[in-house]
Amino acid sequence: MEYEVVVGMEVHVEIDTKSKVFCACSTNFHAPPNTNVCPICLGMPGVLPVLNRGMVEATVAVGLALNCTISRWSKMDRKNYFYPDLAKNYQISQYDLPLCHDGWMEINLDGTTKRIGITRAHMEEDTARNVHTIGVAESGVDFNRCGVPLLEIVTEPDIRSAQEAFEYLTRLKQLLQYLNVSDCNMEEGSLRAEANISIRPVGTEKFGVKTEVKNVASFSGVQKAIDYEIVRQRQVLEEGGTVVQETRGWDAAKGVTFSQRSKESAHDYRYFPEPDLVPVIVDEAWEKRIRESLPELPRARKQRFQDSYSLKPYDAGVLTASKAMADYFEAVVTAGAQPKPAANWIMVELQALLTEHKQELEDCKVTSASLAAMIGLIDDGTISGKIAKDVLIEMFDSGRDPKAIVTEKGLVQISDTAELEQIARDVLAANAGPVADFKAGKEKAFGFLVGQMMKATKGKGNPKIVNDILRNALSRV
Amino acid sequence: MAKITKEDVEYVAGLAQLSLDEAARERLVGEMSNILSYMDKLNELDTSGIEPMMHVLDISNVYRDDVVGPSLDRETALMNAPKSDGEYFLVPRILDQE
Ligand SMILES: [Zn+2]
Repeated sequence: MEYEVVVGMEVHVEIDTKSKVFCACSTNFHAPPNTNVCPICLGMPGVLPVLNRGMVEATVAVGLALNCTISRWSKMDRKNYFYPDLAKNYQISQYDLPLCHDGWMEINLDGTTKRIGITRAHMEEDTARNVHTIGVAESGVDFNRCGVPLLEIVTEPDIRSAQEAFEYLTRLKQLLQYLNVSDCNMEEGSLRAEANISIRPVGTEKFGVKTEVKNVASFSGVQKAIDYEIVRQRQVLEEGGTVVQETRGWDAAKGVTFSQRSKESAHDYRYFPEPDLVPVIVDEAWEKRIRESLPELPRARKQRFQDSYSLKPYDAGVLTASKAMADYFEAVVTAGAQPKPAANWIMVELQALLTEHKQELEDCKVTSASLAAMIGLIDDGTISGKIAKDVLIEMFDSGRDPKAIVTEKGLVQISDTAELEQIARDVLAANAGPVADFKAGKEKAFGFLVGQMMKATKGKGNPKIVNDILRNALSRV
Repeated sequence: MAKITKEDVEYVAGLAQLSLDEAARERLVGEMSNILSYMDKLNELDTSGIEPMMHVLDISNVYRDDVVGPSLDRETALMNAPKSDGEYFLVPRILDQE
């Protein structure tokens, strides 16, 4: 039987406010354990949480970017459960009246555009971090993370392949970064993705039993976990079994999902309105103010890159894939580089170095100004494009100014025609064979002779002048 | 007829992590049934023309500005902990999950 997979995604993203969602403690991730805590986020009795305006505005901004309806009237609720990641035994969240609902986001795959429905985006608080490395009998609890603003974004079950899920997550992260509401750092847990996965025979309407795959450390992990679940669930069904509704973890090393909570009691969170927090009313004026303050979003920026910089759609897409790269590109252009070479150097050479060193552009030592300066050195003939690649590596490693590197290492291109003519004479004299070949009409021999010229100049010969001089010299042989 | 069964009481007690003895269970079957019966009484009122009350307070939009204020120092934060190692709150080892 042919099956199709049905996936819905739940993404939790920590919002980059300075202070926590209900108290004034810092959200700094790197603080020592239990130093960003106060009676409110420690869940002491009798305290009064007050909602961070920044969280409301960030949530509305995300909601608008996801084409959601913004609730005029919304409230916070208590979600009750016992676990040592929340001292007060409930999480403040939103239940039946989320701040944002009924939106959509577009994804592109193989040239086709598809809309993924956004069911809701709601505000809640993050929980404390549990540490299991303390001892055999005990776990540690660090409340620094407790109360960090968390946005939960839930999709409709509209995703039909692991690749679509990957694309959705990539686009969502891109959007969140453009909105400047989160660093979306999966390693530090500021973005966490869960997939609800089921399969059903092609052509049927009814959803199959779903499993929920949690705690996956990367988008590609989510993609692999979905592909694994498709195969596993199909096998279960084909063997006449039934898929068990459960939470499953992802073992990245083994490439398998595994059942995570065997003895779990039924989810019964007994939500009720949070009496300590008053309703959130976002009127039209407030919504309009937030809408007007939205930054340029990925799709608009890609179009602008095509229009203003005459970039091809593919290049514009690559450069705007992350806000960091798009900003970097524009800074290089502002610093004086032509858009086309700037785009190429960033997308090809710089990107290769970043990938090779597993570095993020944000941490890169090559500043936009120095890359523009390097491109300037090619433009004015000081160095060749080939030499520039070596200069860039040096810039990448040391963060030094390209001009200084070129001067210090004597990389300035030889454009002096007299000097190059002398070298050409020497090369021709030393390579009688290839010269004869060239004269006999073998164009390939010319390439060899250019190579010898470059070797003699240690790669510093200005390629165009070398070519001209060599042709000239050969014609006189 | 009682609206609550002993199983319901057990279930709710389980969610609240309470262990009840037989006498307490019996008593709660009665008390919780009474509460629900009282709710039925309220349901007799005609509320068709009344907007649902979503919140007990008649105020809205009370916010803090996103400004960092002082936190507790760690020693104070851990002071009431049944157990700590000076850095973390210590709880019986968490199995399952994560
Ligand atoms: Zn706090």
